[in-house]
Amino acid sequence: MLAKRVIPCLDIDAGRVVKGVKFEQLRDAGDPVEVARRYDQQGADELVFLDITASSDERPTLFKTVEAVAHEIYIPLTVGGGVRTSADVRALLSAGADKVAINTAAVLNPDFVHEAGQRFGVQCIVVAIDAKRVKPKTRKKDGNETPQWQVFTHGGRKSTGLDAIEWAKTMVEKGAGELLVTSMDRDGTKAGYDVELLRAISDAVPVPVVASGGVGTLEHLYQGFSEGGADAVLAASIFHNGTYTVAQAKQYLAERDVRVRR
Amino acid sequence: METIGVIDYGMGNLHSLAKSLERVAGNQRIFISYDTKALLECDRLVLPGVGGVRACMDELRRLELDQMVIEAARKRPLLGICLGMQVLLERSDENGGVNALGLIPGSVVRFPDPPPETEPGLHHERLKVPHMGWNQVRQTRAHPVWAGVPDDSWFYFVHSYHAAPQNPAHTLGAADYPQPFAAAVARDNIVGFQFHPEKSQDVGLKLLANFVNWNGEGA
Repeated sequence: MLAKRVIPCLDIDAGRVVKGVKFEQLRDAGDPVEVARRYDQQGADELVFLDITASSDERPTLFKTVEAVAHEIYIPLTVGGGVRTSADVRALLSAGADKVAINTAAVLNPDFVHEAGQRFGVQCIVVAIDAKRVKPKTRKKDGNETPQWQVFTHGGRKSTGLDAIEWAKTMVEKGAGELLVTSMDRDGTKAGYDVELLRAISDAVPVPVVASGGVGTLEHLYQGFSEGGADAVLAASIFHNGTYTVAQAKQYLAERDVRVRR
Repeated sequence: METIGVIDYGMGNLHSLAKSLERVAGNQRIFISYDTKALLECDRLVLPGVGGVRACMDELRRLELDQMVIEAARKRPLLGICLGMQVLLERSDENGGVNALGLIPGSVVRFPDPPPETEPGLHHERLKVPHMGWNQVRQTRAHPVWAGVPDDSWFYFVHSYHAAPQNPAHTLGAADYPQPFAAAVARDNIVGFQFHPEKSQDVGLKLLANFVNWNGEGA
């Protein structure tokens, strides 16, 4: 049977791996090729690169980085950040990416996802959803609030007013082959995934969901699967800081009966 | 010097496949092309493919690569990967039904869609489509391409449709999702992998190495 995936995420800024807290306070975490090779050897199931470079002048740097990494590793590579046109998708795939993650451009033009899926195959189109909790409009009779989330773009700075669950469904209808769901409330906090968000989206769509944002412990990875219902878990700092290796993470998950590739 | 022809019909990313073949090809040349004549001269052919089957078959026909593949498959070792494996069969249900190359009897069918959630909040196991990620492949029969590849090795998959060969002997390997399906097919000098050997680390490279050193016999 299919294994649950463990995916280290590399935020890339001007050709370097960086890590920030809540999309700010960036600091250097290494050379992408070295980091990618290390994770490949540790048994990472895939790698995700998110290009967070603000300036579009740095685009050629990203292509070089993707090319260099794709040359070194034999596991799937997803690249996201600033993907706006079919030409961007083609350029990344040509550089060696296996999948591309689309975020802001999908919000600006949902049909772009459809177009890209038709042209390049839905298997390589990942839609990244950055979601933040908002005050619910409805309140249950028992006084408990049903959580609600809104989609944010531009690295979490801009609210779209879109409901995250509805948006996830729309994106799958348009042709997303996978969803990368990041909790903006949790990202960089080490407080664990927003498992309610993950569960709500995972139950709402037929395609695989990748959990992202907030991992601080191996238990959090486990919760992404057990409570969040995710198909893959993504983490950055716990691996970059050397707190845990991917192999340790998989060992931990396997001991808790999560089916992982080892 | 022998040549491995990689059929380039403009769909998908040949980068990682070419890179992996180069790594295992020894002194064989990797030739990426859509030139039917030149490809027919190659000693082995690889038919890659991602995306939709209709666009794939349309392009193969437009470039007259469909007849070339059928012709080449009479004697040369031929490897289909992912969609390139699916089009080896007679037809696919994808895109409303499309006739394919027909080199292996049988069709390509979709994984059943996951049932809608019955009880909200119940933490049930829900199978997603596409079937995406690493799965184990059982070697259902002996074949030269399996040499040195441990049974139940993990390979990387990403697909929503799968081959259903008519003759069980044409299934080379099976994976479960949750029902067993043909993860690898073979007939005479033809093999096909639903998974991506070029994305499956060392074991994938071993499989490609076996193919590039295979003379098409002993299957």
